[in-house]
Amino acid sequence: MRHALSETWSGLRRNAGITLAVIMTMWVSLSLFGAGLIAAQQVNLLKDEWYDKIEVTVYLCTAKLQTGGNCDPGQDATQEQKDQIQAALEKNPEVQTVYYETKAEAFAQFQDLFKGTAIEDSLTLDEMQDSFRVKLVDPQQYEGVTSQISLMPGVQKIQDLHQILDPLFKYLRALQWGTIGLSILLLLAAALQIGTTIRMATFTRGREIGIMRLVGASNFYIMGPFLLESLIAALVGAVCAAGTLVFAVWFIIMRNAQQSIETIRWVGWPETLISVVSVFIVAILLSIIPTIISARRYLRV
Amino acid sequence: MIKFEEVSRIYDGQTRAALANVTIDVDKGEFVFLVGGSGSGKSTLLKLILREFRPTTGRIYVAGKDVATLPERKIPGLRREIGMVSQDFRLLPGKTVFENVAFALQVIGKPRSLIRKVVPDTLELVGLGDKSDRKPDELSGGEQQRVAIARAFVNHPKILLADEPTGNLDPETSVGIMRLLDRINRSETTVMMATHDWAMVDQMRKRVVELDGGHVVRDQARGIYGARA
Repeated sequence: MRHALSETWSGLRRNAGITLAVIMTMWVSLSLFGAGLIAAQQVNLLKDEWYDKIEVTVYLCTAKLQTGGNCDPGQDATQEQKDQIQAALEKNPEVQTVYYETKAEAFAQFQDLFKGTAIEDSLTLDEMQDSFRVKLVDPQQYEGVTSQISLMPGVQKIQDLHQILDPLFKYLRALQWGTIGLSILLLLAAALQIGTTIRMATFTRGREIGIMRLVGASNFYIMGPFLLESLIAALVGAVCAAGTLVFAVWFIIMRNAQQSIETIRWVGWPETLISVVSVFIVAILLSIIPTIISARRYLRV
Repeated sequence: MIKFEEVSRIYDGQTRAALANVTIDVDKGEFVFLVGGSGSGKSTLLKLILREFRPTTGRIYVAGKDVATLPERKIPGLRREIGMVSQDFRLLPGKTVFENVAFALQVIGKPRSLIRKVVPDTLELVGLGDKSDRKPDELSGGEQQRVAIARAFVNHPKILLADEPTGNLDPETSVGIMRLLDRINRSETTVMMATHDWAMVDQMRKRVVELDGGHVVRDQARGIYGARA
């Protein structure tokens, strides 16, 4: 063990430049990887939260609005049409609750929302619409309801936040997978770097290794210093990456984002811990596997 | 101690056997010269004993172990029974004489207390008791070879293999190395030495195994270099 440790130490010093390069590559790539994992968890949190709150709104025809839907131009939706729409909604098994909102209520809410701003007076009562607000059993399953109701007469438009949120989440997912993909490229580079470093080290220590094999040192004894060397480099990189992630979560999310946007849930320490643990697992695997592969080829007895 | 039963070895991509149908039997405590020209198969034979590779056909027994079927993880155990000395000494230039010899024990996990006791004794045996703090490049060729022999013998192996140990040395120095190997042989260690040095072989009158083109062409109890039985 004493020999293994002193060999590891001298190996790390001999390859100080390369070891530093491995540490830095590991640091950057593992930070990216960890950030990707945290981002993924943030997206999941948002999705759970938002999709829970989402309602489908069925806007009904008004005389003022002439465009779109299944409206007779210049006509309000008739009471008969409204009844039919309500009945259809209530019969649909995917619908949890239906709430009818008159245009007066909608106007009041609008004025309340933009009280004191220039927008407050931009719309008149006649420009508002009667609507059904629909809460779904499973917010992800909205297409059945929208396709059924959108064909009914008197429906001007169905507004479904999914149509806005789905692309948003798609872009967020793409961004997050892009980050993880990029980090995987960098991690591969780090693995190749480690493999090459070990190969070079087996060359520079070729004579020693030859003697060790000749006098019957065990494979583990010969490989031990190489394994420790790359493990230490990777772990230092992982510690730096973990520090970066913890600092980023604390500074970007807890100190800033959370203060300015209080309405949504933000990732916290449990999510950070998951990402840090993953970072360490990846670091250990990425150092040991290339070391064993390249050392085995050159140390074969 | 070393037993070859109809052993052949053909290297990958070659059709001619480096060693063809070799059968030899070396008893415990014997001294054997292995002679023959370059490419006659001497080195191949020594490497087979060390299990650097397996024979293509045939069986090999070394120190009671069936070498041909020995699993990879047991190779270190086999090599701890064998000391190996080569023509080019293979010393570690950064380490002192003492450290070079101690290295062989360190890397097989021997305790420091034992190393501190055994290494000076071994250096004394090879006649370098007073040079243990020197680096290899401060020593003559003969002295360097003595260090290499000390390293090969420090763990008291049952077998000592020497691949042209005097190949790089002048005749006078070679005699000293020869005497040293003879002394090690008298302590019940089986010695097998590959050599070109016909004067040495003639003088020692030990068992001679001659190889030619991979075949054993002579196995003589008290042989000389050139003559065929």
